[in-house]
Amino acid sequence: MVSYRRVRPDFRRRPKSPKTRAPARENEFRLRLIIAFVLIVAAFGVLFSRFTWLQVLQYEHFMTAAQNNRISLVPIPPNRGVIYDRNGIVLAQNYSAYTLEITPSQTPNLEQTLSELAKLVAIEPRDRKRFRKLQEESRNFESLPIRTRLTDEEVARFAAQAYRFPGVEIKARLFRDYPYREITSHVIGYIGRINQKDQNRFKEEERYSEYRGSTHTGKTGLEFSYEQDLHGKTGFEEVEVDASGHAVRTLRRTPPVNGSDLHLALDIRLQEYTDQLFGNRRGALVAIEPETGGVLAFVSKPTFDPSLFIDGLDPQVWKDLNEDWQRPLINRALRGLYPPGSTFKPFMAMAALETGFRSADYTIPDPGYFSLPGSNHRFRDSKPTGHGSVNMYKSIQVSSDTYYYKLAWDMGIDRIAPELAKFGLGEKTGIDLDGEAKGVLPTKEWKAKRFAGKRYKPEHRRWLPADVVPIGIGQGYNTYTPLQMAWATSILANNGVAYRPHIVKKVVSPANRQERIIEPQPAADYHFKRKHVEFVKDAMEAVLKPGGTANRIGAGLQYRMAGKTGTAQVVQIKQGAKYNAAALAEQHRDHSWFIAFAPVEQPKIAVAVIVENGGWGAAAAAPLARNVMDFYLLGKRIDPEEAAAQTATTKNKKKPTNTKPIANSTQNTTSQPSGEGQSDERTSD
Amino acid sequence: MNAHLIERLWKRICQPMDGWLFLLTCILFVLGLVVLYSASNENPNRITNKLTFIVFAMTLMWCIANIRPQQLMLFAVPIYVGGLCLLLGVALFGEIVNGSRRWLHIGITRIQPSEIMKLAVPMMLAWYFQKHEGHIGWRQFVIATVIIALPAAFVLKQPDLGTASLIIFSGIFVIFFAGLPWKVIAVLLIGFASSLPVVWNLLHDYQRRRVLTLLDPTADPLGDGYHIIQSMIAIGSGGIFGKGWLSGTQTHLEFIPERTTDFIFAVYGEEFGLVGNAVLLLLYLCVIMRGLIIAAHASTLFGRLLAGAITLSFFTYAFVNMGMVSGILPVVGVPLPLLSYGGTAMVTILTGFGILMSIHKNRPLLKR
Repeated sequence: MVSYRRVRPDFRRRPKSPKTRAPARENEFRLRLIIAFVLIVAAFGVLFSRFTWLQVLQYEHFMTAAQNNRISLVPIPPNRGVIYDRNGIVLAQNYSAYTLEITPSQTPNLEQTLSELAKLVAIEPRDRKRFRKLQEESRNFESLPIRTRLTDEEVARFAAQAYRFPGVEIKARLFRDYPYREITSHVIGYIGRINQKDQNRFKEEERYSEYRGSTHTGKTGLEFSYEQDLHGKTGFEEVEVDASGHAVRTLRRTPPVNGSDLHLALDIRLQEYTDQLFGNRRGALVAIEPETGGVLAFVSKPTFDPSLFIDGLDPQVWKDLNEDWQRPLINRALRGLYPPGSTFKPFMAMAALETGFRSADYTIPDPGYFSLPGSNHRFRDSKPTGHGSVNMYKSIQVSSDTYYYKLAWDMGIDRIAPELAKFGLGEKTGIDLDGEAKGVLPTKEWKAKRFAGKRYKPEHRRWLPADVVPIGIGQGYNTYTPLQMAWATSILANNGVAYRPHIVKKVVSPANRQERIIEPQPAADYHFKRKHVEFVKDAMEAVLKPGGTANRIGAGLQYRMAGKTGTAQVVQIKQGAKYNAAALAEQHRDHSWFIAFAPVEQPKIAVAVIVENGGWGAAAAAPLARNVMDFYLLGKRIDPEEAAAQTATTKNKKKPTNTKPIANSTQNTTSQPSGEGQSDERTSD
Repeated sequence: MNAHLIERLWKRICQPMDGWLFLLTCILFVLGLVVLYSASNENPNRITNKLTFIVFAMTLMWCIANIRPQQLMLFAVPIYVGGLCLLLGVALFGEIVNGSRRWLHIGITRIQPSEIMKLAVPMMLAWYFQKHEGHIGWRQFVIATVIIALPAAFVLKQPDLGTASLIIFSGIFVIFFAGLPWKVIAVLLIGFASSLPVVWNLLHDYQRRRVLTLLDPTADPLGDGYHIIQSMIAIGSGGIFGKGWLSGTQTHLEFIPERTTDFIFAVYGEEFGLVGNAVLLLLYLCVIMRGLIIAAHASTLFGRLLAGAITLSFFTYAFVNMGMVSGILPVVGVPLPLLSYGGTAMVTILTGFGILMSIHKNRPLLKR
């Protein structure tokens, strides 16, 4: 202000001519111009130093950032290995199909999107429910399928409208197909979407990076236990992407290594036939090739459709499957624990012979019961009148309980347990399936441990002298899986050379055709005395001959077959909370057991069958085993309805009286149910 | 005969133009077209469109250059008042685009009256100070403040903080050149600086956060900061010599937002590097120097003030745009002068250049 006041007088005297202007004011203006210019240069200096910082000092950092922006590693998931049966028939394979997938985080209004999509593509309430469930289990930025296996028409219809659906995409994915569905579900298992639990497991196993780009992993069965072979190695593609993530071009490519193929020992035709023979009865059958340990058939009934699980289960279906009183999801062959009943006796006989506790011709009187010295308690025989004088041969053929009560008592549990452990009883067989049950081969230590809980008193834990007696006939604390019984039979059939059971014969890598043979060497060789094994085998062959407990099924045999019947009292595998009233009566019936191998001179197949609530051993399980043998060894097939009829006729009979060959058995006598009659023959045949 | 006619026409065309300013403008336009071709992913339509704008704006510039400053002064008040009326019209009947009310439909086309104000305000102020030449005091500065504040308030209300501040700055430049005493400037600067902490304390938490994000875009990398981070990556990865024309990955893979308009500098910086940036700064500096020289030589106070303000406004556009794209200034919608694609801003700047040329051609022939 001061300066202005000072110059003001000048203006008053200012001449009109523009040539003579106030120099002070103009100078002031020029000064300000110069100051402005200096400030401008300074400002540009700031900009220039900023550019220098960005483009020179931080160049490396920003160059890397630009590269990271530009290049994206896209995983290429490998093709999962194919599973073949022993004859090269495909049991699990891949096929490519279109899925409609939604990335929730990129979809502005999910509800609206879904209802709009439903106008183009069929979306069932089932699909929505499944999608909800997936959404809960996954993170928001994952791409989740709402519909799988789109038809070409649906693909075309969506593609035309795709611009309306941000975050919704059609993707070509590989799907898993199980051509034999229910028939193989307990063996092959299934794959399912990778969930949090799987991811944690991959991280622990340091295989997490192998699963980039994979959506599924094996959940059960072989799909689970051979996951590392089947999955393969993920490949990568270095792709240049634009800001919206779309690939512009491929810079580099590391191809994936496809998963190895599995070639099974399993014979799918036998598996399928066995499944048919079971019909809708519950139970399990395991067939093993004794000289290799290869599992020929592995059946657990009832079963389920594995394809339901692949893309996530509809909660209702899951509930139904889980609450079904028949428990179709339980793998009875692998996890079902049953007392072995009289099928235990040949192994007891082997133990007695091998330890020298009994000679083959040692004979006892069988009055129909056994009592401990100084006790009035009678351990009853299944035949109330007794079998008369019984030696070891007869004890197996007619299944004398008294003989084995006494044998068990004489041997004592400490001598029994180690001998029977040789047959793989009471330990996991080590089959190539996950979740196997161990079963119980009772010992004193086992009992002490079993009843160690606070709920039990010390006397519960102590081994009582009488505890050993029912163990001799396969009751008491004994429980084994059908798989264990099949392996035990197989070891016996193979003269003590134990090949661990395995479903997969070899794993073949597709890249170099390299093969890995599973269990090529025996797990153990017990060097049983030839004499002893032959003797027990002979006795078991006699079971199928006239006078034997399974003489009916022995009729018309075209090869030599040995077997042993068994009946297990109903100690159900865990029962669901809900009981089906109609099924109750049936569920109280005993389980029918049969173990067998054939041909006796050089066994090709060893089988253990259990038919739940099938009555006594010769009734349900034995005919089934015979049919399986006939099919496997002779290729002979009977109509499944006929097989069911065989069982219907024999199931309710008290005793096998006719000796007609079942192969010709066409009789359809609908015999009367005789529930009471069976209560007498509780424990044995 | 014909040649003579053409020669006369050429002279007529060249007569009102300032050679330096014209040359620099042409160089910047060519540079702009080169960058635009890359930024638009080699889209020739953008080039022809921009050429159309250039021809139109150049014609306008030439026309304005023909008007003598004395005549320009006559337009100052009507343009200012008319602009105010249009702003009022916008406030009442304006069209809302992207959440703010900026556009006004007048018959065939729609206009953005706030853009007019960028020139109307300095013209009005220059006219006003010219009118009071010789006795500029407190009263004049206060009234000048009102002249700025009225349109600025309207534009702030739209809301358009960027344009409002550019209008305010263009006014402040005039007041500065008109001789606002240094003491007052000092007092105002100190007062502004010391009030900042007080204002900060009065702000709500969310407002503070917004201010902080404006200052540091990396704090919000996926939201508001995304664009700035991407453009910083683009410039930084350009290095000293740049990735080369048409080879900017950030540009061509569409990581840079608004890359033909407000963020075109990121494209330029990525492809031409520090060297290119230095050249651009130098070109801008030449334009500014030329403008300041014109201002220094202007014959009237009106001319001096207007030329100075137009030049400094041009500097402001360039500085704010490059500052925001390189991440040292908050993101406000200011295009890079002469390089960005978009007609309105170009018309405003070339109109300003036309005024500069007019002022220059009418300078006193005799120097003191």
